[in-house]
Amino acid sequence: MGYFVQQLINGVTLGSIYGLIAIGYTMVFGIIGMVNFAHGDVFMASAFIALIAFLILTSWLGIGSVALALFIVLIVAMLFTALINWAIERIAYRPLRGSFRLAPLISAIGMSIFLSNFVQVTQGPRNKSIPPMVQGEFVLSKSHGFPVTLSYKQLIIWGVTAVLLLAFWYLVAKTRLGRAQRACEQDQKMAALVGVDVDRTISMTFVIAAALAAVAGTMYLMYYGVVNFADGFVPGVKAFTAAVLGGIGSLPGAVVGGILIGLIETLWSAYFSIDYKDVAAFSVLAITLIFLPQGLFGRPDVEKV
Amino acid sequence: MEAAPKARRIDVAGALRDAGVTGLIAFGLFLPLIGFETVTDIRDELILTTRWPLLLALLVVIAAGRFAYSVAVAPWLARRAERPKAATSAWQRRIRQWLVPFAIGFVIVYPIGVIAIVGFGGALRWVDNFGIQILIYMMLGWGLNIVVGLAGLLDLGYVAFYAVGAYSYALLAKNFGLSFWILLPLAGILSSFWGVLLGFPVLRLRGDYLAIVTLAFGEIIRLILINWVALTNGYAGVIGIPRPTFFGIPFTADANGFAAVFGLQFSPVYRVIFLYYVILALALLTCFVTVRLRRLPIGRAWEALREDQIACRSLGINTTNTKLTAFAMGAMFAGFAGSFFAARQAFISPESFTFIESATVLSIVVLGGMGSQIGVAIAAVVMIGGTEILRQLNFLKEIFGQTFDPTQYRMLLFGLAMVLIMIWRPRGLISTRDPSVFLKERKTIGADLVAEGRG
Repeated sequence: MGYFVQQLINGVTLGSIYGLIAIGYTMVFGIIGMVNFAHGDVFMASAFIALIAFLILTSWLGIGSVALALFIVLIVAMLFTALINWAIERIAYRPLRGSFRLAPLISAIGMSIFLSNFVQVTQGPRNKSIPPMVQGEFVLSKSHGFPVTLSYKQLIIWGVTAVLLLAFWYLVAKTRLGRAQRACEQDQKMAALVGVDVDRTISMTFVIAAALAAVAGTMYLMYYGVVNFADGFVPGVKAFTAAVLGGIGSLPGAVVGGILIGLIETLWSAYFSIDYKDVAAFSVLAITLIFLPQGLFGRPDVEKV
Repeated sequence: MEAAPKARRIDVAGALRDAGVTGLIAFGLFLPLIGFETVTDIRDELILTTRWPLLLALLVVIAAGRFAYSVAVAPWLARRAERPKAATSAWQRRIRQWLVPFAIGFVIVYPIGVIAIVGFGGALRWVDNFGIQILIYMMLGWGLNIVVGLAGLLDLGYVAFYAVGAYSYALLAKNFGLSFWILLPLAGILSSFWGVLLGFPVLRLRGDYLAIVTLAFGEIIRLILINWVALTNGYAGVIGIPRPTFFGIPFTADANGFAAVFGLQFSPVYRVIFLYYVILALALLTCFVTVRLRRLPIGRAWEALREDQIACRSLGINTTNTKLTAFAMGAMFAGFAGSFFAARQAFISPESFTFIESATVLSIVVLGGMGSQIGVAIAAVVMIGGTEILRQLNFLKEIFGQTFDPTQYRMLLFGLAMVLIMIWRPRGLISTRDPSVFLKERKTIGADLVAEGRG
């Protein structure tokens, strides 16, 4: 029992990270109908930016307070990653808007290859590991010989994810930008006619998606303490799985899907085989798409003549 | 990055401002990842070093490039767009007419020409790295073209079938001692079996979803190859795969080897040339079969399916069977290519079958112009040949110092080229199609008139 609860805690933590990335996929798909293949690599790049910011703060500026350092790292990573994603949209996707359907997908795959190799060339191919930023844990129960612990960093991840999701929900549901986004999602031409700046709204969507990916990247770095240039692909595909599982285009779906994928992966590794945990996640993707293509919260896609 | 104003007068102040803004954005983009480098020091701790000169040089190049673009390139492009398009002249038509026979003639004499120019010593690299490597990708491109270009099914897991072919040959040849020529068709059959197996459940899906599911299948197959150590030897891969023989005569240095039997001086070049002609024959076979199939009912059904699935169904075409045959046919050629790959390398590991390979082949198909056989061939030469050339650019070490390794920029430039070619020609290099059915005269149609597949 204790073991199971521990796996649940770990799974939800991992799932929060996937959920944050999945929102980026689902938002971009919702608004321009493309799978942003480079999103996983944007996440990886953000983890590197967070790593560099953390090193600057601790080793050069000598900031002692972990909470303050983490906060600054988060802000810096969000800003720079948002700029990167903004530029990607501007350079690689915007000229192809309205072009034929495969063009942006190929462009995104090219961007994904470019980004991961760019980080490899500039930062080197080796794993980058840092000493743990946050240590310590709560022991929740010690019964049955297996201590169930909730570490501070897991708590931070839960807290940050929850706060950001609230802020994000407010942004989409209550602000002018969010309204513009929902309008563009339904009908871009009509939205433009009633005075919504479609280009700007799409740019802002990429900026927000990147900011959330940067939060995920920072949390990933803090949780695992190690990052590598190739770390974008697999979490990217898993987060996409989460977005599909939750119903692509649906924001709560992305978070629920992320947590489900996190749980499936963790429980699979705990009870079956750790070697095949990625196979489990990919199988979930295939099974969902085949049997439940609209996902848990998505609208069914009607085929029109 | 705004579109240049249409005015004839060149706006230098505006160009300068643009250059400044671009430089500023580039500064923001590159500051963290180029300005700083994370290095592991002797105590195995991460430390930061800075690279300000490199960052500055890059920013100057970008700003200057932006300035040159707004001052010189954009007005030139605007002028060119205003000029009426010239009709295709007689010599352009003649080039088009003679391109294919010339290209086929060229690839047939290529190894002989290379030996004549650089001799036996240097020929190995040219035939192997350029000839065989490009032809493998050309064959894969042509195979995938059946699935993506003709049937309009977006497949991101094509490399899975390539892997099935390679492992089929490797394991059967190693464990049962069967010859390459028996296993080649067998590998094709096994791959197309897997094509049907994986194709069947995903047939209902359309467009991007199909792409993602095929990607997932491709990754699942790779992960199984990694983890099923008892069968595939995992990451370590299969070593010592038997090499193909020349009708039973091995390419070895001993008395009954190829060189000895034909009374020649032993050289590894003979095997490479033999392999070159094998893959050339396989690639041309792929192309030929595709071109012929387009004229058969099945090929027309594929193209009809790409254009409109619902119309197809109402005309009584069995869409399930049509899609499955496309999957199986594409997978079969990947299986051939895979078993050739295993025979050529004599060593395979799951590392050779990553998602990057699928993306490479797909990009060759799309960049070449979906459905265009010549376009795919050109794209394979440009993309694979281009990245192979980077391996040979050792003179760059003289300029940038001995630590400079051009090969590490290979995939970086590959990704960049994918993005740039897509922006330049979203429909691919050859964006016209010859109709497979016509009334009296054959008219070429622009690919922008052809709907992309939603099958």
